[in-house]
Order: sequence, then structure tokens, then C-alpha cells
Amino acid sequence: MSDPQNSPENPLGRDPHVLLRVISKFLIPLIALFAFYVQFHGDYGPGGGFQAGVILAASVILYALVFGLTEAKRAFPPRLIRYGMTLGVLLYGGTGVVNFILGGEFLNYSNLAHDASHGQHYGILAVELGVLVTVTTVMIAIFYAFGSRQPETSDEDW
Amino acid sequence: MSFLDLVPDWLLIHGPAFLMALPLIMAAVTAILPNKRVAWTSTFIVTAILTLTAFAIAIYNAEVGTTIYKMGGWAPPHGISLVIDALSAPLVLLIALMGFITVIYAMPATVAEIKPNKRAPFYAAFLLCIAGLLGMVVSGDAFNVFVFLEVSSISTYVLVAMGAARDRRALSAAYNYLILGSIGATFYVIGVGFLYMETGTLNMADMARILADLDGGSRVAKVAFGFIVIGLGLKLAMFPLHAWLPGAYAYAPTPVTVFLASTATKAALYLLLRFTFFVFDPSYTYVADVLMFVLVGLGVVGMVFASLQAIFQTDVRRMLAFSSVAQVGYMLLGIGIATTASVAAGYLHLLNHAIIKGGLFLALGAMWYRFGITRTEDFQGLGKTMPLTMGAFTVLGLSLIGIPFTAGFVSKLNLVYAAADEGWWWAVGIIMLTSILALIYIGRVLLAAYFQSPPEIKGVVVARNEAPLSMLLPMWGLAIASIIIGIDASAIVDASTRAAELLLGTG
Amino acid sequence: MFEWFSHFNYVVVIILMMTGLYTVFASRNLIKKLAGLSVFQTSVFLLYITIGKVNGGQPPILVKDKSYGTDDDGQALLDGVVQVAAGNESYILPGPGSDVLYSNPLPHVLILTAIVVGVATLSIGLALTVRIREVYGTIEEDEIESADFVYNLEGTAD
Repeated sequence: MSDPQNSPENPLGRDPHVLLRVISKFLIPLIALFAFYVQFHGDYGPGGGFQAGVILAASVILYALVFGLTEAKRAFPPRLIRYGMTLGVLLYGGTGVVNFILGGEFLNYSNLAHDASHGQHYGILAVELGVLVTVTTVMIAIFYAFGSRQPETSDEDW
Repeated sequence: MSFLDLVPDWLLIHGPAFLMALPLIMAAVTAILPNKRVAWTSTFIVTAILTLTAFAIAIYNAEVGTTIYKMGGWAPPHGISLVIDALSAPLVLLIALMGFITVIYAMPATVAEIKPNKRAPFYAAFLLCIAGLLGMVVSGDAFNVFVFLEVSSISTYVLVAMGAARDRRALSAAYNYLILGSIGATFYVIGVGFLYMETGTLNMADMARILADLDGGSRVAKVAFGFIVIGLGLKLAMFPLHAWLPGAYAYAPTPVTVFLASTATKAALYLLLRFTFFVFDPSYTYVADVLMFVLVGLGVVGMVFASLQAIFQTDVRRMLAFSSVAQVGYMLLGIGIATTASVAAGYLHLLNHAIIKGGLFLALGAMWYRFGITRTEDFQGLGKTMPLTMGAFTVLGLSLIGIPFTAGFVSKLNLVYAAADEGWWWAVGIIMLTSILALIYIGRVLLAAYFQSPPEIKGVVVARNEAPLSMLLPMWGLAIASIIIGIDASAIVDASTRAAELLLGTG
Repeated sequence: MFEWFSHFNYVVVIILMMTGLYTVFASRNLIKKLAGLSVFQTSVFLLYITIGKVNGGQPPILVKDKSYGTDDDGQALLDGVVQVAAGNESYILPGPGSDVLYSNPLPHVLILTAIVVGVATLSIGLALTVRIREVYGTIEEDEIESADFVYNLEGTAD
């Protein structure tokens, strides 16, 4: 989507996307905030890494849909997304390896803190963080991959 | 044994989790490595470590017996357990070894077949496939098996589709494989769901105990068994459900075909063995009926029809793919007869066939690499232009037919003995018939290679152009292994017998 | 006939499952096959989740117990009331023989995994469809087969 036609003679008249842009500027941070809410409340209610990751990715995808793929790629560069995928998997696997180094089986969180229940708490937080990062970056990467295949529709064709 | 003294203790104890976690983590790392040399080196190191670990675990298992590893410290049945027993240890070693051999072979092959910017993700997907297969085989929890089954299947769909750079039919082959493979995995999940409803647990040993207490269970367990057999049958290319296999084997990149042909269907067969004899028991009437009519029936029909179809193929890769479907029929026949000897023979054929088919596809890949050969007519004069490669192909081809002193002969002989013990002479006859059919389709290729002169291109006879060393070593390694097994099969027959006794002794 | 009401969930599952499978087999369009596959997988999710529901069960979260206290010896007054280590609160332990019934959380965990697997499969299927469209120019199965017919006759890729 090219830059909206906000010419000085006609500030709001010819731009067909002003409603979308204003509302999504308002909503995208709220969606991201909700994603983090879901992430941290996975312990106490429905939620957790996968759901939060998808919601966070949805906020980025909404940004890309409204403001254009090039803008989105400037804000969230594809290289960073690729590294993020690896980082997420390493967070999860790394937690397992750390548990195993501290004694005990692979992914046995009990040894991470002074007693078992705190250890489990920290372990779950760490792996859910890994899942969040992986799912967000994978969803954004899928969107970039599909979205880059076709040229974007210009405003006149809408 | 002295080899075990060299291996650190933690590796033997945490071996199953290590086998699963190392390729998974390294796959994520390999995907972002800069260029293909570094990616190949990391894959090579990972598969070498996996093979050594699998070897150590197999020897440790032979000494110590069944080991159960509690994942995350939670005891089964509430936690996920990883089990290494006589059934899974040889298969773990097979998967790790074939992964290592494929990576050695893959160095020149991926240069020829995969675009440069896709090579690091290719190796990452390959490591994910190995991780999925290893996880499938060591897992002792039915749903964990599904997770790793899908990890390996999804990475396989991606790997097969990467053959599109070479041959565009790989895309629709990968799509067909995706649809059928997902249906198979979903059927498996439905079966596990019904089992969970019946037994209340997901741990396979616990399920076996509860089903034995219920003496076979109600109709829910019967339905579960049906769904699981069909779901796994789609994955292991049981006769009418094999439609994805020829396309996937023929059009995938050559290293992928080598790896798939030797491991993917074998892991699904392992799962079928595990569910049929360990979780369910052949003493339940519905299991015995399915074994008799479905597994034996479809196995036998598959043997004959797939061999007949193989004879009429012009493309050598499709011919070998149909031959794989026929060989799976042998294994299903062995499982279906359901005696210790026959299950041991089926398991032995599983291991042998992996070696033979892997080697055949290695040789075929080397021939494609040098000359672009895919059809039977193109084989003319290969005995003179690529003598070493053709030699390996010949040895492995004779082993596929079942000539004495080769691995194929040992497993077919054991299967014939097992069938004859039960008085199933018609099965013996069909085994002989399909061996003759194999002779026809392999013999056609060998005749063209040895008894025709090399073709002339623009009036110049094609010169000798042997495959590179990194391709020759793996294929001759497998060919020599098949001859060694043919001469002295005691180690591998022992392993198969132990596996069969584990399955049928407790049942 | 009465089972159709009490086993309503299974009826719905079977209807969805067969619809999905039929769509996969009978469609000639690649996207429709993927849609059928999704419907088929969704029916399996329904199967798992509906069997986890216990009549009269509450979410599987420990109920904080305010009304029952401890007697002079420190023993709980009601069977099934436990002191959790991390604090001074008492919780009613749910389960058989207790006042509190809870729904089974395990199927939800299994289905979360299965949903993620389904999403991954769908995204790869769609990526393959996009590539097939780029290479063949069509996503109808019969047109793809006829385009490959020449290849298959000769058995060669060139």
C-alpha cells in the first residue's frame, strides 16, 4: 500500500484508509499487551506460550496489513525474525540442558531453585518464554514468506 | 566391554533424551549458519555423535536390559517415559547410522541439487527429521510418539519438496505425501484418543497392563486398534495405502530418498510392532483377526502386486520404490504370522532391507550425479563407465533378490522357515514367486548395465567417470555390510530374536 | 435413539470427520483438499476435548478454602483439605470422595499440541500450493496431472 494520498488540498478526503490506520494505531499496542497478559496468565488460566505468540504475531500482521509490508519489514526485519526462531528453540532446549547439567533428568525443573515448587515455577516461565518467541517469529515469518510472493495491491486497485 | 568404558556415564543414563534433544537443538542452530560448508560440518558432527551414542546405548542395552528414562523427573504413568529395550535399540542404531551415511553422501549431492541459499535450511530440516524419527522410536508414551511422528513427517514433506529444483513433479509428490501422511497421523491420534478413553492413561506399558486386566477391552479398544493399524499403515506404505511412496521416493533429492527409504517406513513398522504385540496382545480375538486377515492379506497382496508394478516401470527410482512396497509386504507377513520366529524374521528383514534399499538409492544417486540417469534404458554400459558404483548396485541388487551369501537371503530364509513351521505353504510359494519377480526387474537393469556397450554421444563413446569418493565409501560400506550379514548373521539374528521374544514372550 | 442425545458430541464428531475426509478425497482443487483436512483434524480436537468434560466439574484449579479451619492440633477439619507449602492458605483437594469435582485438563494439553501440528501442516500445504501455482499455473489436480502426463510417459525430467 503506497503512502496514502494525504495531499495538502485534500487532507482526509481521498485517503480511503484513514479509519483503518487510526484504529489500528490505537489497537496494535493493546493487542500486544493482551498477548503478554495471556502469556503470563498461563499459570492460572487459559493461556501460555502458543496462544500468546499467535496474538503477538497477529498484532504485527495487522500492522503489516494496514501500513504495508515494507513498513512492517522495516520495523521487524526478516533477519531478526530468523534469529528469533532459533533463539526460541534454544531457550526451550537450553532450559532442558541446564536442568540436566544441574543434575537430574532432562527438563526436570526442580533443581532450578532452592525448592522444587519454585524451581518448577521458573522452569515453566522459561520454557513458555521460549515458546512465545518461537511461535511469534514463526508466524511472522510465514506471513512474510506468503506476503512477499505477490506484488502489493496499489491504492487505485482497491 | 571396553567400548562402554570410554563412554561417560551420564551419556549412558541420559542417552535417550540426548538422542532426542541434540538434533532438535542443533537443527535450530544449523538453520541460521552462514554458508553450506559450515552447515554440512555441523550436521556431520551431530550425526557422528548420534551414531556413537546410539552404538553405546545398543551395547549397554544388550548388557543391562530394558531401561526406562523418566522425562522431567516425573514418574510414569503420569510422566513421559523413554524406553530403550531390545525392540528399539537396534532401530535407534539403524536410524543414527543411516543418518550419518546420508550426510557423508550429501556433501556433493546437495551441491548439485539444492540452491546455495537453501542448503543450511535443508540440513536443518534433515536434522529435524532425524530428531523426529529417534524420538518416535525411543518414546514410551503414545501421544509423545504422535508428536515426534509429526515432527519427522513435516520435515519429510519439506525435504521431498526441495527436489523441485531438479524435477518439478516433486511438488505434487510432496503435496500428496502431506495429505496422506496427515490423514494417517490423524487416524493414529483418533486411535490413541479411544485408547485413552478405555484405559485412562497414555503410557504404553500401563495401557498394556490395563488392557490385559480388562481382557482385551470393550468395543472402544477394538475401534482404537483399527484406527491405529490403518493410521500406521498409511505411514508404512501397506499395500493399498502406498500411493504416496513412489512419487516421494522418485522426485525427492537423492540424499533424502536414501534416508527416507531406509528409515521412515521402518520406524512406522516398529510402532506397528509395538502396538500390536506390546500394548495389545495377539491373544485378543480382534487382534488375531486383524493380524490374520488384514496384515497377512494385505501384505501378501502387496508383495505380488507391487513387484508386478515394479516390473513395468521405466524410471528406476519408481521401480525401487515399488520394490520397497513389496518388501514391506514381507515384513507384514512376518508380523501377521505372529510366532516368535516369524516376528524375528520380519524384524530381521526390516533391518536388512534398510541397509539394502539405502545402498541401492545411494548407488542410483551417484549415477544421477555423474550422468543424470533415471531410466532403465540409460543403464546401458554402466558396467564399464561406472564399474565401482555398478558393482555396489549389483551386490545390493542380488541381496534384494535373495541370492545366497547376502543379507536378503538370510531374512527370506528365516521367513520361509517361520511360514513353513506354521504349515503356510502358500506363503512360501508367494515368497518364491516375488523373489523371481524381483529377479526380473533387477536383472533387467543388470543386463543393460553389463551386456550392452556404453552409449555414444555425438559419435564419442562415453568415458569412464566414477562417482566421487564421498559417495563411493557409503555405498560400498553398505554393500560389504550386506555381504557380511549374508555370511555370518549371528549378531543381527540374535538382536531380532531378542526383540521378538520381548514382544511375544510377555504377551 | 436416546444415545443420540446423551452422546451428542460423538455424533457431531463423526459428522465433521466424514465431511472432512470426503472433501479431501473428492475435491480436485488443492486448497479445498487442505480445507477438508483442516475440518477432519478439527473433528479430532472436538473428540478429545468433549471427553474431558466431567458433568458438574469445575476448572482444574485448586479452590481456596476459607470456611474450614484447623482444630487445635493443626489437623484440618475436613477430609481433603490440605495446606500448600508455599503459603498459609488451605485448599480443598479435588478428586474422588471430595466435595469438588474437576474436569480433566489432560485432553486440552494434548489438543494444544495437535493444533500446533495442524497449523504447521496447513502452512506447509499452503506453501506447496503457492509453489505449485507458480510452476504449473493452476491448482486444479487434473490440470496438474495432464501437464505432467508427458513427463510420465517418457520417464524423464527434461
